[in-house]
Amino acid sequence: MLTKRIIPCLDCRDGRVVKGVRFENLRDVGSPAEQAALYETQGADEIVVLDVSATVMGRANQVETVKTVREALSIPLTVGGGVRNVIDAARLLEFGADKVSINSAAVQDPELINGLARQFGSQCTVLAVDAAEVERGFWEVVIHSGTTRTGLDVVEWCRKGVDRGVGEILLTSLDRDGTRIGYCLELISAVSGAVTVPIIASGGANEPQHLLEAIQAGADAVLAASIFHSGELSVAEIKDFLAKQQVEVRQ
Amino acid sequence: MEGESFVGVVKTGVANLASVEAGLRRVGATPVLIDRPEEIERAARLVLPGVGAFAAAMQRLVELGLVGALQNRIARGRPTLAICLGLQLLAAESDESPGITGFSIFQTRVERLQATRVPQLGWNLVEAAADSRFLVSGHAYFANSYGLNECPLGWTPAWTHNGRRLIAAVERNNVLACQFHPELSGAWGQDLLRRWLQATATTSSEERVRC
Repeated sequence: MLTKRIIPCLDCRDGRVVKGVRFENLRDVGSPAEQAALYETQGADEIVVLDVSATVMGRANQVETVKTVREALSIPLTVGGGVRNVIDAARLLEFGADKVSINSAAVQDPELINGLARQFGSQCTVLAVDAAEVERGFWEVVIHSGTTRTGLDVVEWCRKGVDRGVGEILLTSLDRDGTRIGYCLELISAVSGAVTVPIIASGGANEPQHLLEAIQAGADAVLAASIFHSGELSVAEIKDFLAKQQVEVRQ
Repeated sequence: MEGESFVGVVKTGVANLASVEAGLRRVGATPVLIDRPEEIERAARLVLPGVGAFAAAMQRLVELGLVGALQNRIARGRPTLAICLGLQLLAAESDESPGITGFSIFQTRVERLQATRVPQLGWNLVEAAADSRFLVSGHAYFANSYGLNECPLGWTPAWTHNGRRLIAAVERNNVLACQFHPELSGAWGQDLLRRWLQATATTSSEERVRC
């Protein structure tokens, strides 16, 4: 049996870890390599590094970040943010990413998904989907860090992504991101039931119970940022809680 | 490639090598990328990584003229660590690329996983055999859509479960082939790399050939 994964997410800008609410009001919370190493010792199953830099200058730091995190880390590293083409992805993989996540560029050019899956394999190709609830049970894909609505149905988009070769979906509820009121369980359950690849749930975690609920709703992995960065909870504490609730985790 | 700490890493061209190299460095080894048959023969210790598709990797190894040298050293039990697709290449064929012949060291077929979620992405429990030389039981990180369901004849298996029983790793003499990624399997994976390096260090100059 595969264990359920706990994944701390490092939102990085200009080589530093930052955190905001609904992608806004970013504040500095530390160095990516140090944070990643700390989470590995706490029992993190994987690290996600998302580059939220707004500028080309900021992006130049991304490769440096990936390199330093890779040297320190002996668990998988997923990197995303600003990947526009196969060359961008190849560069991240070359410097130590194990998986590359694509978001806005995939919506604008879905063929990019096929290209990545063909070149690097499905197990390397993660589709990040930011979902905004339009009405109960219907979510719209939003791109460009939450600023551009696309009119695409999230569930349909995830299905198409898998058909094109996506090996994993990083599903973020934009309505919940940074709010700490719990994951959007209906969203997780809708996507999880529609596709056969693993789902990483993201957006809204504040307490161990929230992670348990996301797993019960169908998530194969749960991602969180604020709760770990603030130091309120460690990955180990969350895993202890989940293990007591009969969830299989690696300890 | 003379020093004790050097480990040749086959540049298959389809693999992400940064994690393998970083993993080897963390346990004190010095990875050296190689892609020539004589380097394969000379390397005291060799890692055959692999990410991507079976056909693409085989095609690349054929183009580079490396298949014979690899088959030879694995058959002779020389220190070789095959990772993920690297393990699958040792088989005769794969569901992933019908019609493409592998190294055929294993007379078995690599099959598509029959799990609820494919690819298998994440940590699964590896159960080592009692007579295993390198492996101990523990959680390892897997990233695969295909795998072996049967143990090749003459090899010592370690098993895992996902929908059904699957080969997690096999070993014979100084050859260790892992379906999981030891370089991404945390402290447990690093210990495994260390054990393989230490056990093969004593045999690298004077090989123990038992087959």
